[in-house]
Amino acid sequence: MEMPVPNAAVLSKKSRLVARLQEVLPSEAVIHDEAETRAYECDALTAYKCPPLVAVLPSSTQEVSAVLRICHEEGVPVVPRGSGTSLAGGALPTADSVILGVAKMNAVLETDYDNRFIRVQTGRTNLSVTGAVEENDFFYAPDPSSQLACAIAGNIAMNSGGAHCLKYGVTTNNLLGVTLVMMDGEVVEIGGAHLDSGGLDLLGVICGSEGQLGVVTEATLRILRKPEGARPVLMGYDSSEVAGQVVSDIIKAGVLPVAIEFMDRPCIRATEAFAKAGYPDCEALLIVEVEGSAAEIDEQLGVILQIARRHNPVELREAKDANEAARIWLGRKAAFGAMGNINDYMCLDGTIPVSSLPHVLKRIGEMSAEYGLDVANVFHAGDGNMHPLILFDANKPGDLELCEAMGADILRLCVEVGGCLTGEHGVGIEKRDLMLDQYGLDDLEAQMRVKDVFDPAWLLNPAKVFPLKVSAGRRDFAA
Amino acid sequence: MISPTTEQELAEAVAAAPGALRIIGGGTTDIGKPVTGQALSVAGLSGITLYEPGALTLVARAGTPLAEIEAAAAAENQRLAFEPMDYRRLLGTSGEPTIGGVVAANISGPRRVQVGAARDHLLGVRFVDGRGAAIKNGGRVMKNVTGYDLVKLMAGSWGTLGVLSEVAFKVLPRTDVTASVLIKGLSDTDAVRAMSMALGSPFEVSGAAHDPAGPVSMLRIEGFENSVAYRARELQRLLGWAGDISVENDPDAVAARWSGVRDAAAFADRPGDVWRISVKPSDGPAIVARCAADAVLYDWGGGLIWVLVAEGTDLRARIGAFGGHATLVRATRATRAALPVFQPEPAPLAAISAGLRAKFDPRGILNPGLMG
Repeated sequence: MEMPVPNAAVLSKKSRLVARLQEVLPSEAVIHDEAETRAYECDALTAYKCPPLVAVLPSSTQEVSAVLRICHEEGVPVVPRGSGTSLAGGALPTADSVILGVAKMNAVLETDYDNRFIRVQTGRTNLSVTGAVEENDFFYAPDPSSQLACAIAGNIAMNSGGAHCLKYGVTTNNLLGVTLVMMDGEVVEIGGAHLDSGGLDLLGVICGSEGQLGVVTEATLRILRKPEGARPVLMGYDSSEVAGQVVSDIIKAGVLPVAIEFMDRPCIRATEAFAKAGYPDCEALLIVEVEGSAAEIDEQLGVILQIARRHNPVELREAKDANEAARIWLGRKAAFGAMGNINDYMCLDGTIPVSSLPHVLKRIGEMSAEYGLDVANVFHAGDGNMHPLILFDANKPGDLELCEAMGADILRLCVEVGGCLTGEHGVGIEKRDLMLDQYGLDDLEAQMRVKDVFDPAWLLNPAKVFPLKVSAGRRDFAA
Repeated sequence: MISPTTEQELAEAVAAAPGALRIIGGGTTDIGKPVTGQALSVAGLSGITLYEPGALTLVARAGTPLAEIEAAAAAENQRLAFEPMDYRRLLGTSGEPTIGGVVAANISGPRRVQVGAARDHLLGVRFVDGRGAAIKNGGRVMKNVTGYDLVKLMAGSWGTLGVLSEVAFKVLPRTDVTASVLIKGLSDTDAVRAMSMALGSPFEVSGAAHDPAGPVSMLRIEGFENSVAYRARELQRLLGWAGDISVENDPDAVAARWSGVRDAAAFADRPGDVWRISVKPSDGPAIVARCAADAVLYDWGGGLIWVLVAEGTDLRARIGAFGGHATLVRATRATRAALPVFQPEPAPLAAISAGLRAKFDPRGILNPGLMG
């Protein structure tokens, strides 16, 4: 993966930069020793590593503002970091950058059940937002797989999704307002506890901008009352075509499950070996979950089971109680761990129209044979968000590159059938150079012009999202 | 009037425009500071280009009549869940609302409080910027974080950043049965409290409005028959403290009630200016008290307040500083030229918005000044 050549002028002013940062932050919040900056050399895309020049851990919006003001004056690139769980390299540093981590800022600032929102500092983890309101039976809906560790700051940067977005939407649909620190240190408030924007929807474009427009230090999030109950069913089929048809038929029948999860045979076998959930050995397995009152669950499941039976399942399992429900979810929740147990893997997240599912799965199977790399598929079928896991051996020379080439082919296939490169992980560095497969130069130009307005010097996370050759003029100008 | 019939013709027309353009969809949403310029109609860009009910996805050219889209969705037992209002009654306009107009104005109805606004259901856009370049953003799949989300930026930009040529939406299943739970006699403060309790309950309320003339507070529940009956009972139990409470089941009466709320129909035949205020629901009653209004209607659980006042009233001056925004929806051209129609933004945000307009429309020809 190509990264820009570090700016020598920036590298040479490290000691002055550190001294200035120490004037506005406690000394332990400015990490500059080379042994210690290494802790920030990568995120969850661990194949790529580069220690930053400095890492800072501010404790308040004012400290973030002071840090950015200094970096702006010194012309130093800044890479914002939530919890470092990005699978796309969104928080990967460059050698000439300051990592700005918001992990210390994790307070709940306001909880308002009457108006159904919570205001938090963005270093707070996703799951602990729900943790702050669940004693009153409320929850924060977006639930990325990494929710135990990932921070709201990163969720906003990547517009994170999760398993339940068919019903509840992704981060942008649950974000009401932000406190944003601009690259020059200016602090602005956008949105709040009310709905919609009175002018241009700046909140909408900030969410998902991968830390390139500003640093979000506080967020107002919509919270929802928990449903009365939820119940999953498990169904197994002999072909992925049939499973895809079942998904489509369920959606067309007018029920809206909160989750429809899909696993293919390689994934089922790996998770069975690991978690022993008692899944059938079949070509395609679906877990469909509905929620609501007991009456509502019964009505929805009635419709779903009728459709499921019509397509001759090899197995159809209902959950009679919480214990059985947990067993249905057991293998799915263990899937990533199970794959990691047998091999290194790369996890993609291209999205496709649901109707293309059988075709895409067939093509992925063919590519797997061509490249000689195994692929397991586990994904959110209701919204078409694929998660092919390509298995490779990190210790075998050339295997990572082979895996990346195959990954790129799969993502191009997603675009070709009318989908996109990334449904919830973000572009980062991982998919940066594929952007021209989805967008034309004019399309990318329009996006880069937004960054020109928020960050004219292109100092915030500059080497991400846009192909380096496309953003070169703007970044060179910055240097 | 310039009337392109393809995106290419639209791009050429914008590129060749010598000066300001006044962009028109169906011409039903005459809101904003009056724009002088050559009329550019997108009504010729019409037709549904893709509809996959099994994927909950519908793509249409921007000038497609909203009615055509709603009919196509209804035929598959689906709908645009954000329930776009019809401005014709309130504004006294005629013509056919278009899907592009719905996007440009980010128009939503009572269900916004449960399922989100038009912008939340919009999956992708194609538009022509002020240079005449055709741009696409987003797509037609439900989860898409590939690059910046210009889809949201275009929704509610009132044609000032680009002229929409095509839009892609998520549609959702229609529901079998709808009922209203009605509470009579509540003060505004108690009504907002009741609506907050209902919206904060697990009973999936899809509309929460309050009409102080009555007064009647209204909660809507939708879904399978047994579930609706159950939830109506539970809401009555939850709100037992509120007094005179009943359930409305007649489908025609329920539909008329909620389309009336959606379109602020009670104000349609009354003279005066109409404002639309978005606030934190619990702030609503105190703000309404400062409005000295001729009539008021709360929607979105109190988060949206429609206000009728005498012609030419500077409502923002009456209210003073508040968290949220107020839009002057209906007024004479003279009033709209004199008062900011959209909520004035704090200086740093105004600078960002101006910067974005200058980038997307460097000649300042797209609905110039409409948003102030």
